[in-house]
Amino acid sequence: MIGRHRHLIGLEDLSREEILQILTLSTSMKEVLRRPLKKVPTLRGKAIVNLFFEASTRTRTSFETAAKILSADAVNWTAATSSVSKGETLLDTARNIEAMRPDVLVIRHPAGGAPGFIAARVACAVVSAGDGAHEHPSQGLLDLYTLAEHLTRVGGAPPQAPPDFDTLAGKTVTIVGDVTHSRVARSNLHGLTKLGAKVRVCGPPTMIPPGIEALGASVHYHLRPAVEGADAVMMLRIQHERIGDPLLPGTREYSKVWGLNERKVKEWLKPSCAILHPGPINRGVELSPEVADGPQSVILEQVENGVAVRMAILYLVSGGAPDQSTEGAARA
Amino acid sequence: MSDETIFIEGGRVIDPAAGTDGLRTVVIRAGRIAEVSERVERPREARAIDARGRWVVPGFIDLHAHLREPGQEYKETVETGARAALAGGFTAVCAMPNTLPPNDNASVTELVLARAAEAGLARVYPVGCISKGLKGEELAEYGELKEAGCVALSDDGRPVASPALMRRALEYARAFDLPVSVHEEDLSLVGKGVMHEGETSTRLGLLGAPAAAEEVMVLRDIALAELTGGRLHIAHLSCQGSVRAVREAKRRGLAVTAEATPHHLALRDEDVARSGYDSSFKMNPPLRSAADVLAVREGLADGTIDCIATDHAPHSLVEKEVEFDLAANGVVGLETAFAVCLALVREGALSERRLVEALTAAPARTFGLPGGALAKDAPADVAILDPAHEWRCDPAGFFTKGRNSPWKGASLRGRCTHAFVGGRLVHELRGALR
Repeated sequence: MIGRHRHLIGLEDLSREEILQILTLSTSMKEVLRRPLKKVPTLRGKAIVNLFFEASTRTRTSFETAAKILSADAVNWTAATSSVSKGETLLDTARNIEAMRPDVLVIRHPAGGAPGFIAARVACAVVSAGDGAHEHPSQGLLDLYTLAEHLTRVGGAPPQAPPDFDTLAGKTVTIVGDVTHSRVARSNLHGLTKLGAKVRVCGPPTMIPPGIEALGASVHYHLRPAVEGADAVMMLRIQHERIGDPLLPGTREYSKVWGLNERKVKEWLKPSCAILHPGPINRGVELSPEVADGPQSVILEQVENGVAVRMAILYLVSGGAPDQSTEGAARA
Repeated sequence: MSDETIFIEGGRVIDPAAGTDGLRTVVIRAGRIAEVSERVERPREARAIDARGRWVVPGFIDLHAHLREPGQEYKETVETGARAALAGGFTAVCAMPNTLPPNDNASVTELVLARAAEAGLARVYPVGCISKGLKGEELAEYGELKEAGCVALSDDGRPVASPALMRRALEYARAFDLPVSVHEEDLSLVGKGVMHEGETSTRLGLLGAPAAAEEVMVLRDIALAELTGGRLHIAHLSCQGSVRAVREAKRRGLAVTAEATPHHLALRDEDVARSGYDSSFKMNPPLRSAADVLAVREGLADGTIDCIATDHAPHSLVEKEVEFDLAANGVVGLETAFAVCLALVREGALSERRLVEALTAAPARTFGLPGGALAKDAPADVAILDPAHEWRCDPAGFFTKGRNSPWKGASLRGRCTHAFVGGRLVHELRGALR
């Protein structure tokens, strides 16, 4: 259980305390992840199914790695979405998998609301691994974790100090790119505002959805004022299919106007500003290679923290209590 | 036709066409309205129906229902649709032509009418296609359709994308005095949108269809109605801009009419979020913003929008028990329309008289249909309504085959207890007898 929730569908549903419960536990999980022998028996005997209706190597691998470190049995099920009379329906697929008695179903689906649809109809716990343009809660959580870690570090804490999640309060995070189609942006927006951060969104007006202000974001069309003074900038991936959608005339102009390169980073960003990207990066479009690999980039930390955060999520929804998570670890 | 004499006694008769609103006795003799008066002596042999505490109104007329026959009988048939209509107080329904095959020729029209006659329930008025096969390419044969019994034309379910074809449809229909009922949506603006574009679509991460997708088509067709002098009827009008456009067109004296559905009057886009992506809240046009709902209510109250039509659209679980993105558009509405609209009266959005008018005289006038009034010697199509009847909406108990109701599980107030068609009692709410 995450607080009072059996499933993890989105950060919009979680309270600040419930988010902190996952993040705090992630610190212990990260410690396990960094051990030379990274295996604890915590979830031994638990079965986890990664049900992916959309290609995603990194999120699936991250969940799979998290499950295996905790000694759960993880299997992957790749499926195609289908409407009426074109193959198995979502509900039938879910019921078939449920009949195999998994403890956790991790679902990635191109339709917003699909994980919630399944959660309402199966007995096992459901974790969303991203649904349409709705939410990507584990990504939002790993971003919060990475940001807190970064802010704790630049705040002058000793190198081995655990992240202090209170450091997010009052900080400014700018999300740049195709916000309309981004589940990552929405999960971050919910998570960041719940932890007290201010969020700016920036991108071409064709990629800023109506009413995003109501979710707590301020809207910018120009990059410079959007990133100036920010404590972190999160660059979203520009999907190539959006070009000529007709949301964008092309990647060339996008990269010129809304992309980050070395010059803009140097002139516009605070030296302590972290640069995040949910991956996979379009090098040369939203980020120049020098920036992606530069000193302010925390992109690979995001990936590592992703495993720790997903370990925490799987542990909690499998029925574990937060204070027992390291018991198995201690014995191991 | 029945030779029986029936006295409906003690009820509040609301007949906006005659300007009647008060306690009256309605006398039905030989299938026709014999008398509506304050004091009449009932002969011993006549049958009496006690309507105390109830409303006695002309049978409702629905200009917009999908009865799905021929072709999709698993969703609905003319018979189940007509039964659902009666249960909702509708003694007449217009059957939309997007069947399989579509009603673009006399043989389909005749089949629908034959099924309706076999059922012997509500009156069914077929609507013919604007274009052959609903393809939006060539005009259907309106003369043949009218002769077979069609009362209007529509490509409902999809817009007439070509302005040139729409122009010719409005023009050609003039020869047969048929109204052209239009489903207004610019498909390129809708794109992959599955709900109203706004704050809620952003929050849910569902792609939105802007209200302007409807408004631009309404504006286009008003211009074409002016050009052609054709009778334009805007189906399921759902947004503020469309209300404004129709109001202005009426002010200029154009032959433009409009309908609004109970769901667009009662629900808004936020309800999609509240329902947790429930596909019973997915329809086209989608549930709109609070401002749109307010404008549509105002439009209905002031007569800009002529009538209430259900857009009753039954689907099976196969189409609905799926991801929101993939679910079919449409909700059932015949059996809940009165209760849902009566709530608007309680909220002060609509008067009782206007509510009844929008379901009776107004739709009759809009499509030029008989009925909609309790006129002496007219066929006795009458509904008795209990405005205080409280019930829990359980789709499993519906007469329609569709279970896709956004009011499932809701407590509703107001229900039809009796429906007469041509003087025959064809529906009676179980347990309502006294």
